[in-house]
Amino acid sequence: MENIGSLAILLAFCFAVYSVLGSLAGKWARRPFLILSAERAVYCIWALLTTAAGILVYSLITGDFRLAYVASHSNRAMPAVYKFTSWWGGQEGSLLLWAWVLSSYSMVVVYQNRRKFRDMMPYVTSVLMGTLTFFLILIAFVAKPFNVIMAGKGIVDAGDGQGLNPLLQYWTMVIHPPMLYMGYVGFVVPFAFAMASLITRQPGEEWIRTTRRWTLVTWMFQTTGVLLGAGWAYAVLGWGGYWAWDPVENASLLPWITATAFLHSVMMQEKKGMMKVWNMVLVSATFFLCIFGTFLTRSGIVQSVHAFAQSSIGTYFVGFLAIGISGTVFLILSRLDFLKSEAQLESVLSRESSFLFNNLVLLASCFAVLWGTLFPVISEKLTGEKISVDAPFFNRIEVPIAMFLMLLTGVGPLIAWRRSSFESLKRSFMWPLAGGAFVAAGLAIFGVHNIYALISFMLCTFVTVTVAIEFFKGAGAIQTKDGGSLIGAMVALTHRNTRRYGGYLVHMGVVLMFVGFTGNAFNQNTTVEVAPDESFQLGRYELRAGALESGQNDNYTWRRLPIHASKDGQSIGTLVPENRLYIAERQPMSEVEIRRRLNEDLYVNFAGMSADGQKAVIQAYVFPLVSWIWIGYWVVLFGTIICLTPSKTRLIFPRTEVVGMAEKHARVED
Amino acid sequence: MNNYWKFGLLMAAIVGTLAWLAIGGIVQTSTYYKTVKELNAMSDQGKEMRLRVGGDIAPNSISRDGRLVRFTLVQDDARINVVYDGIDPLPDTFKDGALALADGKLQNGTFHANKIQAKCASKYEQKPTTAKPVGAHTT
Repeated sequence: MENIGSLAILLAFCFAVYSVLGSLAGKWARRPFLILSAERAVYCIWALLTTAAGILVYSLITGDFRLAYVASHSNRAMPAVYKFTSWWGGQEGSLLLWAWVLSSYSMVVVYQNRRKFRDMMPYVTSVLMGTLTFFLILIAFVAKPFNVIMAGKGIVDAGDGQGLNPLLQYWTMVIHPPMLYMGYVGFVVPFAFAMASLITRQPGEEWIRTTRRWTLVTWMFQTTGVLLGAGWAYAVLGWGGYWAWDPVENASLLPWITATAFLHSVMMQEKKGMMKVWNMVLVSATFFLCIFGTFLTRSGIVQSVHAFAQSSIGTYFVGFLAIGISGTVFLILSRLDFLKSEAQLESVLSRESSFLFNNLVLLASCFAVLWGTLFPVISEKLTGEKISVDAPFFNRIEVPIAMFLMLLTGVGPLIAWRRSSFESLKRSFMWPLAGGAFVAAGLAIFGVHNIYALISFMLCTFVTVTVAIEFFKGAGAIQTKDGGSLIGAMVALTHRNTRRYGGYLVHMGVVLMFVGFTGNAFNQNTTVEVAPDESFQLGRYELRAGALESGQNDNYTWRRLPIHASKDGQSIGTLVPENRLYIAERQPMSEVEIRRRLNEDLYVNFAGMSADGQKAVIQAYVFPLVSWIWIGYWVVLFGTIICLTPSKTRLIFPRTEVVGMAEKHARVED
Repeated sequence: MNNYWKFGLLMAAIVGTLAWLAIGGIVQTSTYYKTVKELNAMSDQGKEMRLRVGGDIAPNSISRDGRLVRFTLVQDDARINVVYDGIDPLPDTFKDGALALADGKLQNGTFHANKIQAKCASKYEQKPTTAKPVGAHTT
């Protein structure tokens, strides 16, 4: 079995090399059949990697503990779903997942474009397969998923495995890594298209639309992955936070930031033919940050609670990054004439300039996160002292940046292209500003005195009002023309220009998330040691401990402490936090209980027993508004899907208009 | 030309503000990694520095005294006494022989920690948990 798996990986590696060389040779020697066969190789690679992955998953589920990977990441007692997720529970398996996802994406790209972009596709294929080759080198020769620890004939029973880390035995962990990988890996595709367009000096904007769509899809997965991780940290780790600026969290955020910047600045290229070099840089940066993020988590160069055991594969990543980045820089520099801007910035008060500042600030935030993450490494190189910076460093920079971005989110859509006047700005922003000021003043009167929270709520209102005005104005116009209900008119409006109104919905989702983040300013918590029937107070809640229960199953032993909660004297039910000890892993773990409400969450953690073993240690928290982060995510997802839906009316931009004789033959597409 | 100046000034203002915030942040939250040996060699000069030290928890050295937890960290024959007086309960993985990272300050040769991270001394890929854990996942 494991031999077939290893063989499949080796063959996939050979095919990937063939595909790179074949498509390049086919292109240069003008042999269409060679190009075609290189593309067919992509399908074969997918089949081979699917076989390898299938064998690994089969071994995990049947518990083939002769394999090192299975023995250290699975055991007999685990539920089947976690045996499956053990696929990406460790280094070798998750690299295999990386490669498999990339081969799946490549297959889709090759299939979708089998009749399009014929001049570009050989290069697209070779970039995709070049990246895949790198990962296949890792799993074929360095971090092999099919290493056998018990070789030889006649092994009947191979004992039991170590089991998956209990922290990972949670439902969001089933989908979080694949989502994040689909995000990370997906950014290879826009990069491949960008490079191919550079090499071939691709005319027109067709390819940039393809690139934008791919970026949007992968951005959606990346967002999902990051937020699932946040949700998992909140519900599983027992400290109630969802973001800690840990190096690995930062690694997933970095490409997300550059991709977000790209999604905005690409509009400048589509509509005005500006910022072409910049967009190339952003697409490349996103790709390399994805590779870099993978490198960060694998090499152990920074201390992180996420990081895998230190291993030698870091050097391979450094090599790949060095080659890739220098190649990209060379390519961009040699094609500067092709990337020349077609228009000039005309005014500081213009849509163009709001995009420019949006990009500047996003990039600054990306740089700050990168700098903070690598600070121990940089400081050790420069001064010989290893110095780390903590969460306060990130918060200090990122909170003002986020607020400035929020402001631009409100300003951007209302400001005119090319140039705008103070008069028109006053007209557009009077109501949003008044709304924001009204909300902030109201909150201040009702006793909210945290300055950051006030500014944040003010900006949230500001953006909400601008978005609402856009929807009502557009829908009103449709209603006067066609009649019907306001809701119907809004749906029609969104359908006419899905990109624009879907984008607004995404912005609204981000506003809701902001409301949730701002709730952080009002957290309350307490840690107490309680005996049965003792009670304690937290804010408006009174919490009374019940009798301790305990029990055992195959996977773990558990203790539960029911906590009867009441709010303002009214009973609101019982929360039952649990404390587990996983048997195979000999690791304790807390299962928190959360009472989720829209205004605030009550969060109770059974942290363990006191030193004398007589009392239970309970941590209780109140987290206001946290639920809005998750609600905001669903709105973002919905908005992104709207953006991806084709518009009813195809947009015709002024610059693609064709007039005169050629008009008859011209076809203008969205 | 006028426009370039305007953009330049605005950008400089933004980047300048952020750089100022960043430098302040670094100064305020810098934590220096030290080995146990370096800590023992330090006299009074590093009193105000935020420090981080790692080592194995010496067997049978953990003793609890109300809220305080005392233990000894060992790293290559060098030993240092640590007092933990933080708010968060210690992580589940904090026990004899485990690898621990302590954040805090040095006072009179004793290390006063306010945050402890501990990692099981397991031979497999066991990811550490912290007193304020941020968790282990697979990316």
